[in-house]
Order: sequence, then C-alpha cells, then structure tokens
Amino acid sequence: MLLQTLLPLAEALPASDPELMVEESHGLEIGQHFYWRLGQLDLHGQIFLSSWILIGALLTIVVAGTRRMGRKPAGLQNLLEFLWDYIRNLSREQIGEAAYRDWMPFIGTLFLFIFFCNWGGALVPWRLVRLPSGELGAPTGDINTTVALALLVSLAYFYAGLSRKGLRYFEYYVEPTPIMLPFKIVEDFTKPLSLSFRLFGNIMADELTVSVLVLLLPLFVPLPMMFLGLFTSAIQALIFATLAAYYIGEAVHEEHA
Amino acid sequence: MISWFPLAEAPVPEGGLFDFDATLPLMAIQVVVLTFILNKLFFQPVGKVVEEREGFVTTSHKDAKERLAQVQRLEQDLKGQLQKARQDAQAVIAAAEDEVATLYKSALAEAKSSATRLREQARADMEAQRSAAAAALTKQSRQLADLIIQRLIAV
Repeated sequence: MLLQTLLPLAEALPASDPELMVEESHGLEIGQHFYWRLGQLDLHGQIFLSSWILIGALLTIVVAGTRRMGRKPAGLQNLLEFLWDYIRNLSREQIGEAAYRDWMPFIGTLFLFIFFCNWGGALVPWRLVRLPSGELGAPTGDINTTVALALLVSLAYFYAGLSRKGLRYFEYYVEPTPIMLPFKIVEDFTKPLSLSFRLFGNIMADELTVSVLVLLLPLFVPLPMMFLGLFTSAIQALIFATLAAYYIGEAVHEEHA
Repeated sequence: MISWFPLAEAPVPEGGLFDFDATLPLMAIQVVVLTFILNKLFFQPVGKVVEEREGFVTTSHKDAKERLAQVQRLEQDLKGQLQKARQDAQAVIAAAEDEVATLYKSALAEAKSSATRLREQARADMEAQRSAAAAALTKQSRQLADLIIQRLIAV
C-alpha cells in the first residue's frame, strides 16, 4: 500500500495475480473513455468522477480553513490566505488596479481548479479504482476540459471588455494601427487554442511518459519524471491563470486612462 | 462499457484523444458553478479577513507614527522648557550675585563713610575739648598769674 501511495501510477496490482498482470501490462489506455450517456449526449465519466473528487477535496480544504477565521491566522487559514494573496497579486498585476476585483474569483478558480486537477492526477493513486473502460486521471488531461476552460477564458475577456468599455472595446482591434486588425482577429482564435492545447499537451504528455516508464521499469526509474511532472503541473496552472488574467487585462485596459 | 441510461440505445463512441462531446459544455458549466461557490466560500470571506487585517495594520501603524510624533514633539517641548528654566536660573543667580555685590559695596561704602564721619567728629570733639581745655588752662594760668602778682604787690 505504501508503494502504491508513493508511486501512484505504478502497478497497483499484487504480483500474485498473473491474469490481471497480463491485462494490465499491455494496457496503455490512450484515448479510451468511460462513457456515460445522458439522453443523446455522451460524457466522459472518468473525467467527471475524478474532477468531482478533486473539487470535493478543494472545497473541503476551503470550508475547513474558513470555518474559524481570526485576525491572527492559524492552521489552514494561513494556507488559504497565502493562496488568496498569491491570486490577488497575480490578478492585480495582470488586470490592473481598476478591474482586478471583479475577475479575481474567476482567475483564482481557474488556478485552483487546474492546480488541483494536475496535482490530483499525479498524486492520487487512481489505479486503485478500476473502471470498465478508460481510467481515472487528471481531468486536465482530457481535451474537453482544457477546451472548456479556454473557451471560458475567451468568453470572460470578451465580456470583460464589452461590459467595461461597451463598443469601444473594438477599438482594441485597430490599435495602435488598423494594420493590426487581421492579427488581432486571428489572436482571438489562437488564444483559446494555445491555452487549451498547452495545458492538455503538458498534462497528457506527462501522464503518458510516466505510464510508459512505469510499464518498462516499474520501480524507481519513473520517480524523477514524476517530480518533473509535479513541477510542470504547477507551472501549467500558473501559466493558464496568468494568461487568462493577462487577456482580461488586455481587454479592460484603457489606452487613454 | 456501461450505459447508465439503458433506454437511450446508441452505439458507444470509439473514443480517442480528441474526442469532443458533451463533456466540454458540462465541464464549462461545472467550472462556472465552482467559480461562484469558491467566490462565496473562499474569495469573499478570506478577502474580508485579509483586508480587515490590512486596514487594522495600516491604522495601527499610522496611530503609532502619530504617537511617536507626539512624543517627539513633547520631548522637544520639554527640552525647550528645561533649557529656558536653566537660563532663568542662571539669570536669577547672576542677578542675585550682582545685588549682593552692590549691597556689599554700598554697605561697605556706608560703613566707611560713617566711620570716617565718626572719626572726624571725634577728632573735632577732641580739638574742641583740647582748645577749650587750653583756653581754660590759659585763663586759669592768667588768673593764677594775676593772683600771684596781686599777692606780690600786696606784700
């Protein structure tokens, strides 16, 4: 059990069960999903299951930490205040003093959600739970999740710009010169694309690398790769949140303030 | 391959890395809901506590600064008063010394003059008495002489 906890993606099955070992050993389950059917809609059940568990963990920490808050912080309150301060600084730097308060919860949720998904995907021994198809893992390792997040960011910066500046928001497209117009329009498409693929690619690749290494050399060899994965996971959450804040900041920025 | 809603019979999708389906909008909705929940449970309460503390620290700092300034002002004030008191004392001492010196001088002068006067008077008295005594002596000696002469004549 200890080994399973330390090496979450390592083979979680006892060696005494050869049949399962065989099934497990040829199983790099890429692109297989645990489908739920909702009316006519197909859902990736494994993504929702793991995201609910991770959101539950996040909310548990938040609720436990905010239960008794005082002027002199103690215990979990310290962690939460640190996170809060971190997120505030991030959004204030990128969005600017005027508008950051409105967007701080969104930026913070993106950061916390992605961070929890990335780390949860790497640290929780998901393999202990066996699904009929597919496997539990980081929700951010699924293209649906990352595209959803990226589209939310697109909606957010459009909404931020339009609600703050009205139609003057579109001046942004021709500033500083109208030559920029096509590039800025292309940017509206490349922003969500790069956001989603960066996150998806990093997490997916990390999980894949670790699974391949685990498949080949199960015990200690994948460890450095796992630590690297934790590092990239944190960085990716930061990058996503920072870029989202930057895009919103760009949209609400007043040229002639 | 589980169908949770057995009434909806449709072939199970093939899957794949880029398999877009209803997961996407539902995940988006889930994240938006999470944003509102975290805003209520995390960002607002923690923000309130942190900002209250920041306000408290700022006010306390300002307060302390004000008090320090006040203390420094008082210190300056007291130092000034002390200085002034010292100068006053110095002046009082000097004045008293001056007065004493003048009093001493005047007393000395008075004493000298009265002594001189007394001596002069005594001398004058002495002169007068001496001259009176001399006159009386002359007179007596003349009477005596007259008497001697009369007696001699009478003899």
